[in-house]
Amino acid sequence: MNIPTLTIDSVRQGLLGRLFSAGELAAEALRFAEAENPKTGAYLHFSPERALAAARQVDERMARGEEPGPLAGVPVAVKDVIVTKGIRTTCGSKLLANYIPPYDATAIVRIEQAGGILIGKTNCDEFAMGSSTENSAFGPVRNPMAPDRVPGGSSGGSAAAVAQGTAVVALGSDTGGSIRQPASFCGVVGVTPTYGRVSRYGLTAFASSLDHIGPLARSVKDAATLLSVIAGRDPRDSTSAEAPVADYTAALTGDVKGLKLGLPREYLKDLTSETSQLIFKAVDVLKGLGCEVREISLPATDYAIASYYIIATAEASSNLARYDGVRYTFRSEHSETLQDMYRNTRGEGFGAECKRRIMLGTYVLSAGYYDAYYLKAQKVRGLIARDFANAFEEVDAVVAPVSPFPAFKLGEKVDDPLAMYLSDIYTITGSLAGIPCMSVPCGNTAGGLPVGMQILTRHFGETTMFRLADAYERNAGVLE
Amino acid sequence: MKITEKEVRYVAGLANLKLTDAEVARFQADLDGILEHVERLNEIDTSNVEPMAQVLFDAAATATLRADVPVPPLGNQAGLANAPQPGAGYFKVPKVIER
Repeated sequence: MNIPTLTIDSVRQGLLGRLFSAGELAAEALRFAEAENPKTGAYLHFSPERALAAARQVDERMARGEEPGPLAGVPVAVKDVIVTKGIRTTCGSKLLANYIPPYDATAIVRIEQAGGILIGKTNCDEFAMGSSTENSAFGPVRNPMAPDRVPGGSSGGSAAAVAQGTAVVALGSDTGGSIRQPASFCGVVGVTPTYGRVSRYGLTAFASSLDHIGPLARSVKDAATLLSVIAGRDPRDSTSAEAPVADYTAALTGDVKGLKLGLPREYLKDLTSETSQLIFKAVDVLKGLGCEVREISLPATDYAIASYYIIATAEASSNLARYDGVRYTFRSEHSETLQDMYRNTRGEGFGAECKRRIMLGTYVLSAGYYDAYYLKAQKVRGLIARDFANAFEEVDAVVAPVSPFPAFKLGEKVDDPLAMYLSDIYTITGSLAGIPCMSVPCGNTAGGLPVGMQILTRHFGETTMFRLADAYERNAGVLE
Repeated sequence: MKITEKEVRYVAGLANLKLTDAEVARFQADLDGILEHVERLNEIDTSNVEPMAQVLFDAAATATLRADVPVPPLGNQAGLANAPQPGAGYFKVPKVIER
């Protein structure tokens, strides 16, 4: 078995054809992932006992003649902000370096019920705050396509693991682009589903009105299969949606003739020329498949970053208040009073970006500023959502770049937080609107850096989104 | 100047964050730049817009309420397992009340 080229289908064929057992595959996948990890640092730690136990269950199910599940034997990497019972979950933070969760996230439970094998936890920006994975307390991740460059963030470890071939699929989390942007930087597929489509039970909260769990994969089909498994109502997450879950792989017909696509002019003006060329080439492929493409306008786009960084930091300042030295492993050693313990624990435990966002969020929520900042930002968020709703009266999907530029160099933007925030411009809008959006690879620059095309559809429009992405992937020659 | 050093220290107090002098200076500069960018929100007319407090889509009003049925709790032992200083069934913290 050649681990880096496995797909969900090829794993299934291998198991059914008795080419290997789930146990053999899990052992080999773990060996390979551990051997490859020093090249990128994608994983923070591995979970061999749990992986081998889950694989044994798959083998036992098959021995009894039972259906082993849609992810049977598939090695899965999980971003370390998603809790795993008995397996360290650090959120990329010194504060949680030794945190062992007492329960599993719903997405993890569903993956294992479907036969998936959790092989390890992936590195990320601390509490998912960042666009490069350089904000991890445990060191950065290198882009598998260009080791002197970032993998994107915050789900940089998950994107790198899938791109490197050490996992077939991975879970990431997305608040303002943290799945789609690293997927585009590493040349893999990354999906942010509709807000509420996937239960966040067990996802460490960053900004609750924006947080999503979603899949990363090397093909649209594998991403669609994983989303079918993890999506759906969960009584443990009151924000999870009741809407029925489609079999997303059944939507991959290749037929996109007559679909109407919108190309927003606000998303095309600040691109590097190579990114622009690759996006327009991809749009031409879609036109060739019979899609009608028209230019549209999403006028509130220029205000998205400002709205997002108020809402997300305000929510973060509240969500991160729980890390106070009482319950979660880390406590400052030198504190006489309770107040000092809180202040010292948080001062010593949080990294610079988390502190910066807690400060900004606390400031915009502080007395006298609420209307000027938070309320105003929520109104602008309403305008951005309305822009998309208006667009979807006319078109079936919006097609856009994911990032204005491909992967940047390690250290290049780390000292300029505003420049880092501004790089999230094209992903943040979809996050604010809560609509499904994904990144699909659309070729590499002359220097070999991957570029991603973004596809956005209306709420619960995942079927159309996947159909378009899959049709593009089949016809663009990007899938080897 | 959007934010003064004094305000940075005040906000750090609200957030229970101990910052070094160097951090105060750094965050003052960073927040100043970010707040400057955020000013652009004042350019856009939002007089006829409802604040988007949550992501709304068509759903029954009570769709997200679960049945009110008791389920087993996490339990004291599991709840305390990650405590930096667990006591006998409780979290230990520095003394709060002086005798």
